[in-house]
Amino acid sequence: MSEGRFSVRTVPAPDRQDEPRYDFRTNLAGVDLPNPVLTASGCAAAGRELEQFFDVAALGAVVTKSIMLEPRSGRATPRMAETASGMLNSIGLQGPGIDHFLEHDLPWLHERGARAVVSIAGGSVEEFAALAGRLRGAPGMVALEVNISCPNVANRGLVFACDPGAAAAVVSAVRDRTSPSVPVFAKLSPDVTDIVAIARSCVDAGADGLSMINTLLGMALDLDTMRPVLAGVTGGLSGPAIKPVAVRCIWQVHAALPDVPIIGMGGVRSGLDALELVLAGASAVSVGTAVFGDPGAPARVLSELRDALAHRGFAKIADAVGFAHRDMPHRKD
Amino acid sequence: MSDAASRPVQVRGEVLSTRRVGAYHHMSLVAPGVADPTRPGQFVALAVGGADTGLVLRRAFSIYRVNSRGVYGGTVEIVFAVHGAGTAWLAQQPPHTPIDVVGPLGKPFALPREPVSATLVGGGYGSAPLFGLAEALRSRGCRVDFVLGAASEDRLFGALDAKRMASTVAITTDDGSSGLRGRVTDALPQVMDRAGTEVVYACGPMAMLRAVSEVTRDRGVTAQCLVEESMACGIGVCMTCVLPVRDDDGVTRMVRSCVEGPVFRGEQVRWDDIGTVPADTYGAPVVAH
Ligand SMILES: Cc1cc2nc3c(=O)[nH]c(=O)nc-3n(C[C@H](O)[C@H](O)[C@H](O)COP(=O)(O)O)c2cc1C
Ligand code: FES
Repeated sequence: MSEGRFSVRTVPAPDRQDEPRYDFRTNLAGVDLPNPVLTASGCAAAGRELEQFFDVAALGAVVTKSIMLEPRSGRATPRMAETASGMLNSIGLQGPGIDHFLEHDLPWLHERGARAVVSIAGGSVEEFAALAGRLRGAPGMVALEVNISCPNVANRGLVFACDPGAAAAVVSAVRDRTSPSVPVFAKLSPDVTDIVAIARSCVDAGADGLSMINTLLGMALDLDTMRPVLAGVTGGLSGPAIKPVAVRCIWQVHAALPDVPIIGMGGVRSGLDALELVLAGASAVSVGTAVFGDPGAPARVLSELRDALAHRGFAKIADAVGFAHRDMPHRKD
Repeated sequence: MSDAASRPVQVRGEVLSTRRVGAYHHMSLVAPGVADPTRPGQFVALAVGGADTGLVLRRAFSIYRVNSRGVYGGTVEIVFAVHGAGTAWLAQQPPHTPIDVVGPLGKPFALPREPVSATLVGGGYGSAPLFGLAEALRSRGCRVDFVLGAASEDRLFGALDAKRMASTVAITTDDGSSGLRGRVTDALPQVMDRAGTEVVYACGPMAMLRAVSEVTRDRGVTAQCLVEESMACGIGVCMTCVLPVRDDDGVTRMVRSCVEGPVFRGEQVRWDDIGTVPADTYGAPVVAH
């Protein structure tokens, strides 16, 4: 029997030095990343677990689970329900708090040579500001992602990303407390009537870039018990089912604000999915739920995206960003 | 124990064989590199549904047996019931179907250093991981007794294996179709008396684990309980598989059963509070007055 028949899956090397045919680097509001594939917040913890399957430093960046000031237990179980081509989650931002993060998680990523996009979450403008202050100057952090769009909060009125004024207040407080060399990305919710209006108010308030999309608020019922499946009743919908929503949101925001860099996410599980988000206007792409089905997904998406871009003749990633807008009336150039 | 050294791998495996065992399915998978480091109590996470499936989450299965030698470069066996679309798909796959396997995952059962008397309690197909454990215990000179329970006879798993390995085997079924009519905990106290049990290992539904933990607590015996929480990833990144566990300092945390478990000491798990976040949990929401 041939030895190779059941070969262990190998993960592609980070940068194929032998293939300098095109430039895979991407620039996120002044930060150079070696490539445009990132993890998604809440789907990769702080990178350690995934390191067992591939080199996390080979990704563009690791986007860490949204961290809060204090330790947080999260919500009761069941916290998850699989749905058609997706899932609902109601984790409720379980996490160890910023002290633990600064002491254990961020240094680990930094030592590995990984770039961290640190996601923060808070219940008030002051809490966001305090988090930004604690993170100021932290080694290893290349950007901040401000999670103003977590749907798993008790009061929907607390979803900052559903209100342009509240979103702007958080963003400007965080921007004020963050070193000018660290770009601030506001993470938006698709659950709004006019995502462009929210995007614009975040940018006006000082956001250097935008991340989209967070999960959509959803719900599932258990037909045996005839009660909600999730202990938290509602949850966030993610996975391939939401990709068209992500493409639409990125498209609309990129059309309106073509100079604002976007980290795109929502349903990416292949290089072609990532390409779709890039063509819609994303300068980088996060891989979220796909990691649960395939821990090697970010590394695989990276190599597939590289091939997909090369195959279409893009010499560098920047040429592909927003390329699908080229013949649209909104594109004046 | 060497569990720290065993690091999971992700491999493209394939189905070697499947067969029905009573109400369950037994599947052998070729999964090179998984078998060798596996310790009793660990699990594998399988991708289900094939390419382009709408089933986006992995399915976790306790490892029943492994064979690290042979032409196939290592096989892993699992036993499962069809619960939903993922397990239904799995049960139908013919030999040679490629299956992406991640494993071995989780913390294994802790093994005693001394040759103690161990009683192994399994509910339904939950008994599957206990047979590899029984072998490991016996090779350390431990006495092994089994208590196996299920709703009915076709839902018992491994009674013959148990008889081959154990000093005694007690069987219980809810409907009395095999053995004693009743629950495993109806038989457990007598078995423990007879065997002079010093440690109990249990795997099965949460309600059973809770009842077993009560029996062992009353008798001052430690129980190693393997829980089957629903898991989305199996590798520690999603936080869906948590349960309230009290650590040695008395602090309750919501811990991930896939990486901190799936084996827990029975007295550490707050069985009555599963499905809630107890108010004294580390980081629990502060209730506004
Ligand atoms: C289990 C789970 C936990 C998540 N936790 C966070 C989080 O802490 N912060 C955040 O900004 N987004 C969080 N998200 C949202 C993802 O980062 C991402 O925006 C969303 O899931 C869409 O991408 P996907 O379809 O690739 O998963 C979470 C998603 C899931 C599924
Ligand atoms: S199953 Fe994902 S963290 Fe345990």
